[in-house]
Amino acid sequence: MKVRTVAELTAEGKSPDILFWVGCAGSFDARAQKVTVALCKILNEAKLNYAILGNEESCTGDPARRAGNEFVFQMTAIQNIEVLNGYNIKKIVTACPHCFNTIKNEYPALGGNYEVIHHTQLIQSLIEEGKLTIESGDFKGKKITYHDSCYLGRVNDVYEAPRKVLENLDANLSEMKRCKSKGLCCGAGGAQMFKEDEPGDKRINMDRAEEIVDTGAEIVAANCPFCITMLADGMKAKEANVMVYDISELIVQSNKL
Amino acid sequence: MGLQQIIFLLLIGISGYFGFKRYGAIKRNIFLGQDEDISDNAGQRWKNVLLVALGQKKMFKRIIPAVLHFFIYAAFLMTQIELIEIILDGLTGKHRIFASSLGGFYTFLISFIEILSILAFVATIIFLWRRNMLKLPRFHKPEMNGWPKLDGNLILYGEILLLIGIFTMNGTDTLLQQLDPAHYPSTGNLAVSSWLGPALFGGLGESSLHILERAGWWLHLIVILGFIYYLPISKHLHIFLAFPNVYFAKLKSRGEMENMPVIMNEVKSMMGLIPEIPVDPNEELPEFGSKDIFDLSWKNILDAYTCTECGRCTSMCPANLTGKKLSPRKIMMDIRDRAEEVGKTLDADKTKTKENYDDGKNLFDYISKEELHACTTCNACVEACPVMIDPLEPILKLRRYEILTESAGPAEWVPMFTAIENGGAVWQVPDARDKWAQEFNQNQDAE
Repeated sequence: MKVRTVAELTAEGKSPDILFWVGCAGSFDARAQKVTVALCKILNEAKLNYAILGNEESCTGDPARRAGNEFVFQMTAIQNIEVLNGYNIKKIVTACPHCFNTIKNEYPALGGNYEVIHHTQLIQSLIEEGKLTIESGDFKGKKITYHDSCYLGRVNDVYEAPRKVLENLDANLSEMKRCKSKGLCCGAGGAQMFKEDEPGDKRINMDRAEEIVDTGAEIVAANCPFCITMLADGMKAKEANVMVYDISELIVQSNKL
Repeated sequence: MGLQQIIFLLLIGISGYFGFKRYGAIKRNIFLGQDEDISDNAGQRWKNVLLVALGQKKMFKRIIPAVLHFFIYAAFLMTQIELIEIILDGLTGKHRIFASSLGGFYTFLISFIEILSILAFVATIIFLWRRNMLKLPRFHKPEMNGWPKLDGNLILYGEILLLIGIFTMNGTDTLLQQLDPAHYPSTGNLAVSSWLGPALFGGLGESSLHILERAGWWLHLIVILGFIYYLPISKHLHIFLAFPNVYFAKLKSRGEMENMPVIMNEVKSMMGLIPEIPVDPNEELPEFGSKDIFDLSWKNILDAYTCTECGRCTSMCPANLTGKKLSPRKIMMDIRDRAEEVGKTLDADKTKTKENYDDGKNLFDYISKEELHACTTCNACVEACPVMIDPLEPILKLRRYEILTESAGPAEWVPMFTAIENGGAVWQVPDARDKWAQEFNQNQDAE
């Protein structure tokens, strides 16, 4: 199944049941593009009627707003809301917790009201509804740890859905001491991704990488493109042999999609 | 009227007057902040007060300090019952006014207070040890040097003095009840004093016992009155302010930054979505964000006065953990220090008001840009605070001032802003946004 844009569907007189909000990282970052593709494969597998905005999508404005630049945030956010409302979009899924948070919690005040879910929540509900069956072979008994992103976890209280998806892999899920509401940030949020660190003793992602290595896990599962970049950088610097994957990628690998 | 009664009335009167002035000034300082209407959802707010403030739910994430703190908290709350009796005795010149009327219930009540007081004593000793001997990092950050460190110990010494007062008073009383039952009505067998009294004061003469009993009584009273003077300059206002602070805490999602309708409407009018807003050319450029306490909300300042400097926020802050200058606790302490500074200036110079205030200083003299720039907005500090203080909101308001009003900020952010503004993406990239999708579809064709 091909990836369609909402514009294409509209031209054919159709509309999607759910919009896949790809985000800047998912669109442009080579590593995050793999997550985007993985999610498309899962959406195809579950035969969902979905579409993307394609070139009509813009940054949600999260990093600009958190840096303090409300003008840039409002410009991009209002433009997005115009597009979304223009297509009468009701439901949105995204693989980026920052996009997820901004559209879900901040767009309503600007006139954008949608049902927004994170892709780990969607995958969990697809499994629960029997629309997606996980073949557990590849990861059976493998030690996996899970990194809570701040904007999915602490900010939006989504802790269980991603863990339930991981349980379906039959892997050996080993939690870090700082998990769930106590999860340590990867260091990218608040527009830190786009600047050098302030002076300090070490980088935040190094601290997290050490904690991940200490679990003895072979794989760290994440749910955010920025966390993935940060954690992968940490692993590289530590020369640690821990693979960093998005939860959707583990599903694709397991089911050989 | 006896001499004791006169001294008592004088002390209460002076403390009452001072307290009224001092706490009034704190209230005034809190309302130097901007108006913010927080009157919605009273049901949920009372629930928070019950669970988080009264029930200390968030304290119990760290079980040992939570239990110890609970002993001191419960003893403090219950001792107030004894204080009511002390005040009534002091006013009427009687002795243990509740003892005869309450009978067995009085024995139970005072025994309960005594047991809690013993537990509080143990907790106080452990806290003193923990604060001074055990090198807990959060008690030894740079912002804790000087007064904050002394402040943390002073309250514990005060607590010990108070307990000495209580047990001297009750212990000698149990002995005096046998020697002079006409003046010392029976309290029944008190749980602690019935054995601690004879053990400490047995063998002393009646006159010594009488003096000690009075000394204990006055010590108890003076320490409590001393707290009225001490609390406003200390970090211990949380014993009162935790309740309103939890009540007025943000209920909407942590993920929602406060919207700025002025900017939203200007952008909407620029995009032709709403009618153009006429611009008055004589009008000064508006200031956005916060540069001083006057631009914060009153709730941000209430947060600062509520902070008891426990440092749980700082101990969870990823920036602080990796050696950056940012400490969420310091942000709260700085806001309070600045509010105190402004308050003192207002007290000294009655021509100055909230509206015309200018002393050439602002919050940026307390909080450096480096601290603000280190925040990842991860909300760990917000999650950690046992009394629902939000250190993140003022950080973001100060960032807004720096970016929107000063047009300053980290230079590396500028390309990100420009890229979003011009290209709709956080990076300046030549590719189409859906290039990945075209490739994905080509691969599908190939299969």
